[in-house]
Amino acid sequence: MGKLKASSLALPLIAFVVVTLLVPIFSLVRLSVYDSTVAEALPKTAEVLQAWSGTELPSIEVYETLAEELIAAQETRELGRVASRVNRILSGSRSTISKTPRRFARTDAPDAREEFIEIDEDWGELAIWHALRQATDTFTSRNFLQAVDFRLMPDGSIERMPESQQVYVTLFIRTLGVSIAVTALCFLIGYPMAYAMAHASSGWARILLVLVLIPFWTSLLVRTTSWIVILQQQGVLNDIFVFLGIVADDNRLTMVHNMTGTLVAMTQVLLPFMILPLYSVMTNIPRDLTKAASSLGANPFQAFVRVYFPNSLPGVAAGGLLVFILSIGYYITPALVGGSKGQLISNLIAYHLQTSLNWGLAAALSVILLVGVIVLYVVYDRFIGIDRMKLG
Amino acid sequence: MNTLFWRTVKGAVGVFTAFGFLFLIGPLFVIVPLSFNAEPYFTFRPEMLMLDPEAFSLRWYENLFNDEEWHRALFNSFFIGICATILATTLGTLAAISLNQSNFPARRTVMALLISPMVTPIVIVGVSVFFFYSQPFIGLAQTYLGIILSHAMLGAPFVVITVTATLAGFNQTLMHAASSLGANAWTRFRRVQLPLISPGVITGGLFAFATSFDEVVVVLFMGGLEQRTLPRQMWSGIREEINPTILAVATLLIIFAVLVLFTVEWLRARTAKQLQPQ
Repeated sequence: MGKLKASSLALPLIAFVVVTLLVPIFSLVRLSVYDSTVAEALPKTAEVLQAWSGTELPSIEVYETLAEELIAAQETRELGRVASRVNRILSGSRSTISKTPRRFARTDAPDAREEFIEIDEDWGELAIWHALRQATDTFTSRNFLQAVDFRLMPDGSIERMPESQQVYVTLFIRTLGVSIAVTALCFLIGYPMAYAMAHASSGWARILLVLVLIPFWTSLLVRTTSWIVILQQQGVLNDIFVFLGIVADDNRLTMVHNMTGTLVAMTQVLLPFMILPLYSVMTNIPRDLTKAASSLGANPFQAFVRVYFPNSLPGVAAGGLLVFILSIGYYITPALVGGSKGQLISNLIAYHLQTSLNWGLAAALSVILLVGVIVLYVVYDRFIGIDRMKLG
Repeated sequence: MNTLFWRTVKGAVGVFTAFGFLFLIGPLFVIVPLSFNAEPYFTFRPEMLMLDPEAFSLRWYENLFNDEEWHRALFNSFFIGICATILATTLGTLAAISLNQSNFPARRTVMALLISPMVTPIVIVGVSVFFFYSQPFIGLAQTYLGIILSHAMLGAPFVVITVTATLAGFNQTLMHAASSLGANAWTRFRRVQLPLISPGVITGGLFAFATSFDEVVVVLFMGGLEQRTLPRQMWSGIREEINPTILAVATLLIIFAVLVLFTVEWLRARTAKQLQPQ
């Protein structure tokens, strides 16, 4: 009874997280490999194309089936979506497909195949048929291939994207690079700060803790706004530089809406997540250790490197991993202060969701990012323990 | 060895550390005076630095208080925030109490699941709930309910963590004592356990509220015009036409953050005192 009851109180939250997070994520994964738009809009064509040899133009019956279904799709307003799916496989095919059903009435060709070719010569080529057949597949690897800069050709072979369109691998590498840089900067700046807090008198320690916690509690948008105000060309920092004569008034530095903006703002925003775990570890390092090291003849540098620092490593690991996990999925700050050069993978996911409407690709990029974060999360749990995560 | 050398090193580290604190907190203090700027600029004009009263004004605050859109945003933020907090705090507290039992099965895995919303990249949360909730048979996109559910999910881990931490110091013999005096499970929870862990519950609730109050991505992807919250409104302000009204909002949010911080610290001190062995 006791055991049953103890666990049952957690069930509502478990169920809640499953329904509001896991199920939506599962549907995201599904979206990255599954798309039934074309198969549903052109079911008979999909069926007959499976039997098509692929080496010569389909039979006249296939053309007739397609004509029938394209007209039906136009009536149900599915045609645009079908055309855009096929266009992703064979660019340029969008207009071929969307104009075809409107023009049947105007041709007087002897059979369906001739009609199609009269409307658009592309219907006499194998490429569009291959693309159409591929688009009727409900399961596809296309999105994942594109997310790593490869593409699925209409005939089913896999090729690297042309150089000018290889963006995603670069962006994943950039995201990793920025996360490493932000983690390193947070460590460099945060370590002495945590040390100062852990070794100050209790009055000062309290004041310094408040100084770290105020930004921690302050809205992310407020903090990002403050960086725009400080870093922009007519901003506070440039004013100071001009006043001090470091830069000329007509040659103000560009520090925001580029990578500098992303790095500076992300470091400041994530700094408390590094300081707080470090601080909590450092307050528990016995003071006598460094004293003992000095009395044994170590100079302050040796005492720090050989005795103090190794003892603070659990804090470094906890803070570093947390900052890294948070920065790898960062979205808001790069979106507002990153310009075009300071965008990370999350920003591109949002772009495909909201602007290009290529949801399958947005989902595939999300899944890759998610797998990376899950690996890091498991590492965090193994080595640090999620239940030891502290707040504030 | 040369003490002067080590003193210099210490001094240099000290200065570096001071700059660290300035880097962390300084940007916030730049915003406050600029929100009183009489001109629509984001920079300190010479008149301001000379503390000329003409250079300061409350016009951006006036703008803010007279603007329907900001009113609506403020209402939405509190409405969504309070609903999400109630949901997250209730579910999170129950879960934490149950996770605190030593015989809880697969505790570590369950904990990892319950904390996972905290580390899932917010874009992935946003994209997933958008796709999922906009399916016709669910239809929660562009509704208050959809946003409240998502925000409660994002805030619940904080409640689980703070309540679990408070429970670690909770003396279980108190429950046995209450039980021997004839209290049933509900009475024991309400009269003994809840009052003692309430600072942890309230702290968790404040974290959950702050999470919702600051959340913009889910609202951005899934919310409609009607559900615009304060951060969503700020987002448009920053992206479209940045004017000092944003700084007035920012200043008010900083004050709000400071109030929340002191409440949380006060509660923490109270818990520490309460749980001290007599």
